[in-house]
Amino acid sequence: MARYLMSVFGPAEQTELYGYPTREAMEESMAETGAFNERLQEQGCFVFADGLASATTATVVDGRGDEPVLTDGPYLESKEYLAGFWVIDAPDLDVALKLAAEGSKACRGPVEVRPFAVM
Amino acid sequence: MSVGEAITRVHRAEWARVVASLTRRFGDLDLAEEMTAEAFAVAVERWPTDGVPPNPGAWITTTANRRAIDRLRRESRRDDKQQEAQMLHDDVPAEPRGAVEDDRLRLMFACCHPALAMQARVALTLRMVGGLSVPQIASAFLVPEASVGQRITRAKAKIKAARIPYRVPEAEDLPARTTGVLTVLFLVFNEGYLSSDPAGESVRSDLTLEAIRLTRLLHALLPTDGEVAGLLALMLMIEARRPARVSATGELVSLDLQDRAAWDAALVREGQALVRARVAAVAAGDGRAGRFQVLAAMNAVHTSARDVTDTDWSQVVRLYDQLVRLDPSPVVALNRAVAVAELDGPEVALALVDRLTLPGYHAHHAVRADLLRRLGRSAEARAAYETAIGLSRNRAETASLTRRRDELAGA
Repeated sequence: MARYLMSVFGPAEQTELYGYPTREAMEESMAETGAFNERLQEQGCFVFADGLASATTATVVDGRGDEPVLTDGPYLESKEYLAGFWVIDAPDLDVALKLAAEGSKACRGPVEVRPFAVM
Repeated sequence: MSVGEAITRVHRAEWARVVASLTRRFGDLDLAEEMTAEAFAVAVERWPTDGVPPNPGAWITTTANRRAIDRLRRESRRDDKQQEAQMLHDDVPAEPRGAVEDDRLRLMFACCHPALAMQARVALTLRMVGGLSVPQIASAFLVPEASVGQRITRAKAKIKAARIPYRVPEAEDLPARTTGVLTVLFLVFNEGYLSSDPAGESVRSDLTLEAIRLTRLLHALLPTDGEVAGLLALMLMIEARRPARVSATGELVSLDLQDRAAWDAALVREGQALVRARVAAVAAGDGRAGRFQVLAAMNAVHTSARDVTDTDWSQVVRLYDQLVRLDPSPVVALNRAVAVAELDGPEVALALVDRLTLPGYHAHHAVRADLLRRLGRSAEARAAYETAIGLSRNRAETASLTRRRDELAGA
């Protein structure tokens, strides 16, 4: 088994509808994502999944000095930011890519699949 | 045969097999490649004095296996002793032939995995399956050696870290994944067929021949796959025309003006036989003909004609209609228009060509220019030739377009 991070992206500041055109569309997508998460659990692939609050609510902490230095906002400047993610276990990349395709369909956005380092 | 020739021959015949079997055994593409290369280096050193062994392929496999085990043993002294013992126990695996061939197929599918960038797939396939060196691949694609080396290193690292599987895909994914492998092989072939290097050779037989060699291998491994047979047939019939494709003055010679006696008759026969076998299989209900089979059938029609006037153009147009259904791209529509010009005349064809949107595609302007020339519209033809010349990157093609443009002046 290998462990993969599946990330979804969104703008720095999420709107009330999280980029969905209507409330119905948002609820439909959330229901599909919930069903996808259940399938992951049934298949024994699910490790963790959740959505994040807007990137503008992030704080960067640099604790290398005597006193921690705090900076308001996300670490990297970008057009889009991490908006949510899954951590899954899969036997190989082919399986992970198939699951990512299902997740992408459910959450209505592209999904980045990245393996965890094996130390 | 000299020892040097023997080593070259063994390298061609056995490289992919050895890399593939080591990859399966040790689960590490990097190690497999390095140890196979090392085994050949040992052969270069020893065979001139010791003589070529009676079974050179087995000698290379054994040497590569032993070196891999030595390497792993050195690296894992602190690791599990039991694993070490197990590896030593299985020193020279006696694999049944079928499984060994599967290994090479697994290797091809891993190297052409869709999660790798196309350039990485091409470089990795030529290195791991073709056995080409990094400098050879770099010079074939006119890119710096460092870039090719980096592409291959990164691809191998991704295969390992992301766990790209080393196996033949499941039945439901097999057709799509096989198409992916064929795309890589066709890309290698096309770069040889019409080189995009304006300063270099116009036709690169090193690349076309390597692509054919690898497609032959894939056809041997997947003999019932119609598209693999189709691509092989297509490449063979295109390669057959190579001696007639570039004139003595370095100009690209179009199909209608080629000296058909210069075509390689054996390659034509082999390609046509593959097409006939596929036509019979499809007629007997073995799936539908895909893109490469249709293209191969078209080439069978062309190579069956004594000359351009003898060509069965209605058959060619019918095959293009079939191709348009599989691939409704403007490039296919453009090529179809060329065939329509022979069947229904240049006016009908020009109307089709003018409907297409292909910005920056030199062939679009070249085809328009030829049709306008045939309709006697010289000024428009000249402008279209100029545009095509400006866009073409192939030297022999530019020479041919320039001549056709200059012939207009006399008209």
